[in-house]
Amino acid sequence: MRIVFEKRQSISRKAQVLVPVVSLLLSLVLGAILLALSKANPWETYVAMAKGAFGSWRNFSETLVKAIPLMLTGLGISIAFRMQFWNIGAEGQLVWGGVAAAGVALFWADRIPAGLLLPASLLAGIIAGGLWAGIPATLKAWIGVDETLTTLMLNYVAILYAEHLYYGPWRDPHGYGFPGTAQLPPAAWLPRLGNTRAHLGLLFAIIAAALLWFIFKRTRWGFELTIIGENKTAARYLGIDIGRNIVLALLLSGALSGLAGACEVTGVSHRLQQGLAIGYGYTAIIVAWMAQLDPIAILFVSILMAALMVGGDQVQMMMGLPAAVGLVLQGLILFPLLAGSLFTEYKLKIIRGREKATTGGQV
Amino acid sequence: MNDTQETPVPILEMRGITKRFPGVLANDHVDLELYPGEVLALLGENGAGKSTLMNILVGLYRPDEGEIYVRGRRVEIHSPRDAAALGIGMVHQNFMLVPTMTVAENIILGLRDLPFVPDLAQVSQRIREISERYNLHVDPDAYIWQLSVGEQQRVEILKLIYRGAEILILDEPTAVLTPQEARELNKVIHMMTAEGKSAIFITHKMEEVMEFSDWVRVLRQGKLVAVKRTAETSPQELARLMVGREVLFRLERKPREPGDVVLELQDVHADDDKGLPALRGVSFTIREGEILGIAGVAGNGQRELAEVITGLRKVKAGHIFINGEEVTNKPPREIITHGVSHIPADRIGMGAVGNLPVADNLAMKGYRHEPLSSKLGILNPRRIIDFARRLIQTYRIATPTPQTRIKFLSGGNIQKAILAREINACKGLLVAVYPSRGLDVGATEAVRKRLLEQRDAGKAVLLISEDLEELLSVADRIAVLFEGQVMGIVKSDEADIELLGLMMAGIKDPAMLRM
Repeated sequence: MRIVFEKRQSISRKAQVLVPVVSLLLSLVLGAILLALSKANPWETYVAMAKGAFGSWRNFSETLVKAIPLMLTGLGISIAFRMQFWNIGAEGQLVWGGVAAAGVALFWADRIPAGLLLPASLLAGIIAGGLWAGIPATLKAWIGVDETLTTLMLNYVAILYAEHLYYGPWRDPHGYGFPGTAQLPPAAWLPRLGNTRAHLGLLFAIIAAALLWFIFKRTRWGFELTIIGENKTAARYLGIDIGRNIVLALLLSGALSGLAGACEVTGVSHRLQQGLAIGYGYTAIIVAWMAQLDPIAILFVSILMAALMVGGDQVQMMMGLPAAVGLVLQGLILFPLLAGSLFTEYKLKIIRGREKATTGGQV
Repeated sequence: MNDTQETPVPILEMRGITKRFPGVLANDHVDLELYPGEVLALLGENGAGKSTLMNILVGLYRPDEGEIYVRGRRVEIHSPRDAAALGIGMVHQNFMLVPTMTVAENIILGLRDLPFVPDLAQVSQRIREISERYNLHVDPDAYIWQLSVGEQQRVEILKLIYRGAEILILDEPTAVLTPQEARELNKVIHMMTAEGKSAIFITHKMEEVMEFSDWVRVLRQGKLVAVKRTAETSPQELARLMVGREVLFRLERKPREPGDVVLELQDVHADDDKGLPALRGVSFTIREGEILGIAGVAGNGQRELAEVITGLRKVKAGHIFINGEEVTNKPPREIITHGVSHIPADRIGMGAVGNLPVADNLAMKGYRHEPLSSKLGILNPRRIIDFARRLIQTYRIATPTPQTRIKFLSGGNIQKAILAREINACKGLLVAVYPSRGLDVGATEAVRKRLLEQRDAGKAVLLISEDLEELLSVADRIAVLFEGQVMGIVKSDEADIELLGLMMAGIKDPAMLRM
C-alpha cells in the first residue's frame, strides 16, 4: 500500500473550508502537548481560555476589543495580498493612524467644532495610514522596489517615531513622567457599546468587509485588481494600468489599518501611549491567510484570534500560566494551515497493490 | 495487427488503458504497441486523449484500468523517475528547462547519482559526443536563454539520450519549428530509430504523420479508432478518421477590394527583451477588408512587431498610425480604444487568466462598458454570464459551465475563448499571432474561417504565422520578416513558395524595388 498525491482537476471547495478548521484542531492538539510538557492540564487550560474569551458578555466584549483592530488590519492586508503585494506593514500603518488621530484630537480641538472632532480624527488616521502604505506602493510601482522589505522597515520607523512623540514633545506635562500623551478631549472619543470597552470600530469593520466584498465581486476596479493579482502580463495586455492600481489599492489597504489605529486611540486608550503597537498588524497576516482573503471570513477569524489572545491573558491570571500560551497557539495554527493548503490543489490517493516497477519516489 | 509475428517482442505495450476524469472518459480501453526501431504517430484532435495516454506512460497520471508492459514485463509506473528507469522519456510541449543555467547543467539537473561537485567538463564532453553522433548541435556551455526554441528542443532530446532513454515521446515537437528545423528533427529521429530506439510522436498534423512515422494510431474522444501502417494510408483518410467527418482543406477567399488604410507602420525600430535590435525599419500598411500575413522563421521580430502595434513594447524610432491617427508609444489601453484587438502568441501567459472563470475571461475586454458594467463602474454579473453563454455557443467553446476556471479547458478551447473575446471587441484592426498554433484540424479550420469573416466584414487583419499553407490560403498579401526587416511583400495569389523560402532565409525580393 502506498500513498500518492494527485493533482485535482479543480480546486476543492470542501478542502477550502476543512483545511482551516482542521488546522485549528491540529494546533490545539500540538498546543496540548506543549502544555502537558510544561505540567499544565491541557483540557483545564483550554476550558479556562474559552471561558475567558466567551464566558460572559463582559469577557466577550474584551475579545471584541482585540478583534476590531484585527478585523480592520486583516481586511486591509487582504486587499494587498489579493494583488500579491506582500504588505507586512500593517503595524506601521496602524501606528500612523493612531498618531494622526491623537494629534488632531489633541492639538486641533479648539479649531474644529466638537461635533466634528471625532470624524476629523478618524479621517486623519485613515489618511495617515493610507499615505504610509502609499510610500512602498509608489516605490514598487515606479521602480520595482521589493515591498516586503520596505513595508517591514517602515514599521520600525513608524513605531519609533510614535515613541519619540509620546516620550518627548507630545508627552503629557501632568502625567507624572508616564510615557503617553494627555487624555484626548471626550468629544474625540469613539462611542462604546453599552458599558463595555468594545466600540463603534466593530461597525466600521463590518461595513468595510461588506464594501470589500462588493468591490471585488461587483465592480470594474475590483475585477481589474483581481486580474492584476492573478496575472500581471495579462493585465498589461488588457490595458490595465498596473502601477496606478497598485498604488490605489495600497492606499485603501493602509487606510483600513490606519482606521484600526485611530479606533484604538479614540475608542480604547483615549491617548497615544505604549501598547498601541502590540502586533495586531502581524497577527492580521495570519487572519488574512486563514480566512483565505475572504472579507466576511476575516471578521470571524479575527474573533477567533482575539479569543486566543484574551484567553491567554485569562489563563495567566487564573492558572499562573504565561499569557504567551495564546500567542503560541496562534503561531501553531499557521503551520498546519500552510501545509494544508496543499490539499486544496492535491488529493491523497491510497493505492493498494504489491507489484512495483522500481523504487521511484513521487514528484 | 497482422505483422506481430514477423517482429520481435514489442518494447512497449499498453493494454486496455482507461482513465476517467470527473465528467470525462479521457482514455477508453486504449491499446498501444511499439517495436524497437519504430516511429509511432499518435494522431488525434485536442482532447482526444493523446496527452493523457502519454502522461500515464511517464507516470504523471495513474490509469484506472489497464496494464503496461515494457520489454515484455508488466510494470507499474508511479512517477517520471520510474519511467526514466525504464528508459521512457518525454519532450513536453512546454520545455522543462531552467533559463539561467547552461545546457550541461540542465542536462544533469535532477540526476540522482551525481557526485557532490559534478565534473561539468566531463559532462560537456559527453554531450558533445552525443550531439556529434545525432547531429544535434548545441553548445553545452551556452545558457538556455541564449538559445532559440529549436535549439532548446534539441537540449530536451539530448537530455533524454544522455539519460539513456530508449523510448522517446515527443509532444507536438514541430509546433515550434521552421520547416527546415522540422526536417532536421526528422533526420535525428531516424538516426535514433536506426540504432534500435523507438519514438512516439504526438501530433494532429497529417503531413507530419506521413513524413515521420512508420505506424499511426488514431484516437478520437478517448477511443482508439484506427491503427494504420503509414505507407498504406493517406492524409485524407487520416483526417476523416481523426475528425469523424470529411474535412475541407481549402478555404474560400472571396475577391474583395480593400478600403481605406487602417494600420500604417513607418520605418519602425524596436528592441527585444535583451535590448538588442529586433525590428529594424519595418514599414507596411493594411487596409480595410485585407489580411496581411507575416511570414518568417520564429524569432525574426514577429513577437516584437505585434507588441509595438498593441502598445506593449516601446518604439525606438519610426511611427505607427491607426486610421490616420498616430499611436506610437501610446499605452495599451488607448490602443484598445482605437479598436485594436490582439490574439497573443502566449495564450495562457498573456491571453487568459487561468484561475478565473471562462465567463470572466470572455468579459475581459467588454467589462469596461455597458452592458457588462454600468457607468458607475458596477459590474452586472447576470449580463456577463449571458454574454459568455452567447460567445460559448457562437464559437463552440467546450466548457462544462461558464463558471469553470479557464485553465481546466483544453488548449484549443482556451484559444477559441480568446478568439471569441478579441473578435467580439474588434472594431478596426485584429492582430493575430500564431492563432492556430497547436490546434487540431477542426479548431484550425474554425480559426481561419473567423479571420476571413473579419476581413469580409471590412476589418484589417495582421496575421503572424509560421505556417506557409495558412498564410497562402488566408492572407491577401504576405510580408516576409527576416532579422527585423521586411524582405518583401507579395500577393498571396501570385506567391511563389520558393521565393518566399528565399526571403525567409534573408534574401531580398528583387521585386521589392518596384513596390
